[in-house]
Amino acid sequence: MHFSTHAAQIGVGRDPATGAISVPIYQTATFRHPGPRQSTGYDYSRSENPTRAALEEAITRLDGGAAGFAYASGMAAIASLLLLFKAGDHIVVTEDLYGGTYRLFEQCFTGYGLSFSYVDTTDLMAVAAAIRPATRALFVESLTNPLLKVADIEALARLARERGVLTIVDNTFLTPYLLRPLALGADITMYSGTKYLAGHNDTVCGLAVVRDPALAERVAFHQNAAGAVLGPQDSWLTMRGMKTLALRLDRQQESARLIAAWLGRHPRVRRVYYPGLPDHPGHEVLVRQGRGFGAMIAFEVADPALVETVLTHLRLVSFAESLGGVETLITFPAEQTHADIEQEKRDRMGITSTLLRLSVGIEDAQDLIDDLDQALSAGRTA
Amino acid sequence: MKFATRLIHAGTDVTPAHGALSVPLYHASTYAQQSVDAFGTWDYARSGNPTRRAVEEAIAALEGGTRGFAFASGMAAISSVLLLFAPGDHLVVGEDVYGGAFRVMTKVFDRWGLSFSFIDACDTAEVEKALRPNTKAIYLESPSNPLMRIADLRVIATIARERGILTIVDNTFMTPYLQRPLELGCDIVVHSGTKFLNGHTDVVCGFAVTAEPGLGERLGFLQNAFGAVLGPNDSWLALRGMRTLGVRMEESQKAAMRIADRLRGQRHVTKLLYPGYASHPGFDIHRSQASGPGAVLSFELDSVERTRRLLEGVKIAAFAVSLGGVESILSYPAKMSHASMPAEERQRRGISDSLVRLSVGLEDTEDLIEELDGLLNG
Repeated sequence: MHFSTHAAQIGVGRDPATGAISVPIYQTATFRHPGPRQSTGYDYSRSENPTRAALEEAITRLDGGAAGFAYASGMAAIASLLLLFKAGDHIVVTEDLYGGTYRLFEQCFTGYGLSFSYVDTTDLMAVAAAIRPATRALFVESLTNPLLKVADIEALARLARERGVLTIVDNTFLTPYLLRPLALGADITMYSGTKYLAGHNDTVCGLAVVRDPALAERVAFHQNAAGAVLGPQDSWLTMRGMKTLALRLDRQQESARLIAAWLGRHPRVRRVYYPGLPDHPGHEVLVRQGRGFGAMIAFEVADPALVETVLTHLRLVSFAESLGGVETLITFPAEQTHADIEQEKRDRMGITSTLLRLSVGIEDAQDLIDDLDQALSAGRTA
Repeated sequence: MKFATRLIHAGTDVTPAHGALSVPLYHASTYAQQSVDAFGTWDYARSGNPTRRAVEEAIAALEGGTRGFAFASGMAAISSVLLLFAPGDHLVVGEDVYGGAFRVMTKVFDRWGLSFSFIDACDTAEVEKALRPNTKAIYLESPSNPLMRIADLRVIATIARERGILTIVDNTFMTPYLQRPLELGCDIVVHSGTKFLNGHTDVVCGFAVTAEPGLGERLGFLQNAFGAVLGPNDSWLALRGMRTLGVRMEESQKAAMRIADRLRGQRHVTKLLYPGYASHPGFDIHRSQASGPGAVLSFELDSVERTRRLLEGVKIAAFAVSLGGVESILSYPAKMSHASMPAEERQRRGISDSLVRLSVGLEDTEDLIEELDGLLNG
């Protein structure tokens, strides 16, 4: 079966008692047992909840793993996965990763005795060189935030396997619709489900899918023990969002392609990062491993003063954190998503004071271009 | 303001724009910003959500703390609080804490370099003896789960404070309606809000409240960084549940006392654990720090066989995990709340295979008594 069939059918047939097509929201904390040593399969909603289970099975199917897990947020997903490790362990990480992940690693987990090396994960040699005897995992963003670098997941997973370390892929920007890291050899895929999967800027959630059943059991243990689980209503909203993932992304990608090309020709835009452009260094890898380029664009405006002009003049595009929803959003990574990374590090990576990140929604592409055009041109005649 | 009034009004002034008495359910994951230099109060829903904020302000006001935090579950609250500590730190813990807390301490945080001493917290001298130079916190339940043992929170908090150690109390069984540990000198209160606070057995949630603002800042940082936050619908439901905490707790407690009276006279009941009687070893201390014995009681029967018949036979009270709801719940600690504790640890603590825990709900007390009577003597 194809992706959109799986997606549309999420939850169907899970409630034989009524035949309800939409999974019921089991807003319950606990479950009545038939008797001692008997269980309906559910005992307490932190451990398992039927609505959350439907979502977890759905993402497992879409990603092709052994088991899936839903968490209170993307950060809760990552934090819960990191609990698999122990003090003294080392992890190799994509250097221009999401600022919240960086903060979690540097300001929390280093304090608990994990250590991290940040490398350009598009550079296989650099990754190989960073692996040490204590290394237990690679943590890779398949499409990086915000610079949209493309990691060669197949090569990285092969390298990791040879060296006996796990590959964990944050696949938030691409989703299983565009890239399936587990099929390329990765061990765990995780998502901020808040973004494309839920897709409507109305739910904060995190998801993870594990390929190996034994590893999945350990992940399940930690999900239950630390308890950072997703509630039933948010689980339901996420599934509802996932049913239209393919349609939304098709439209968003098409618009992103048009907008990226248009931005590239704009005199007040110095540089455009979009992996769908043939001259993007990761273009070829995504052509080979994925089935699209996503709908995130990063671009540099001509000078720092223009950032404020653009952000204050946009009318349709909202200046707000987050991404992946039906509404188009723009962010200023240096001061928002990546504010927790030291400036010197940001500059070295290219997260400059002129860089803006655009998450293209499903509005009409021409309306978005017109809005960007008037905002980029604002102040020119004043 | 009296507590009952606080219950109704805490956390309500979120939307002066509409005057709505019920807090709106904000599903937005993100918030549009006006200026590059100064972001508004809300930027991203993991960091802050107006609906969640309302329930966080409510629990902070009820516990008498400076900051309240809502988490995805009670265990997420406990885990997030444990993240305040660093490798090498040691915590002294009441030995019969909830099995889930015991599990996360011994199976997860233990690997992250924290060490724990489990002691009988009823004995303040034991607590003091367990303190080491690297002890950073004392973690307690009072009454404890399921043995209903009482720790002297005031005295322990004083000992801890003198040595610069934090006192953390899981106040799930009492709720701030009956006991406010921060007012007794403790530093952090945690809750499984799933239980009495929400009270309708329909939400899994956790809370933490801090007394000191600096500690509140640190926990706020961790709540956002780890992101084990409570979603908006669950926040709204929990706040709705908390509005009736006072009346529910009063009614359930009254019923629990009557049921306890009844169980005391039963010939097959070998032990009754409930801090509502002068014969309970912690009675005086409990009375000095809480305003009532609560609505949970544990009792032991004279045989495992009879215990099984009781659990299998109950109809009005549900045989299930959890407690603190409008529905009475009978649970079996050895196989449920404390199943994650090794058998020998359970035995040593007195959590036997014929011990049951009853959380008294809001059904008519006569119906509950009749059912228990029938099953115990049938």
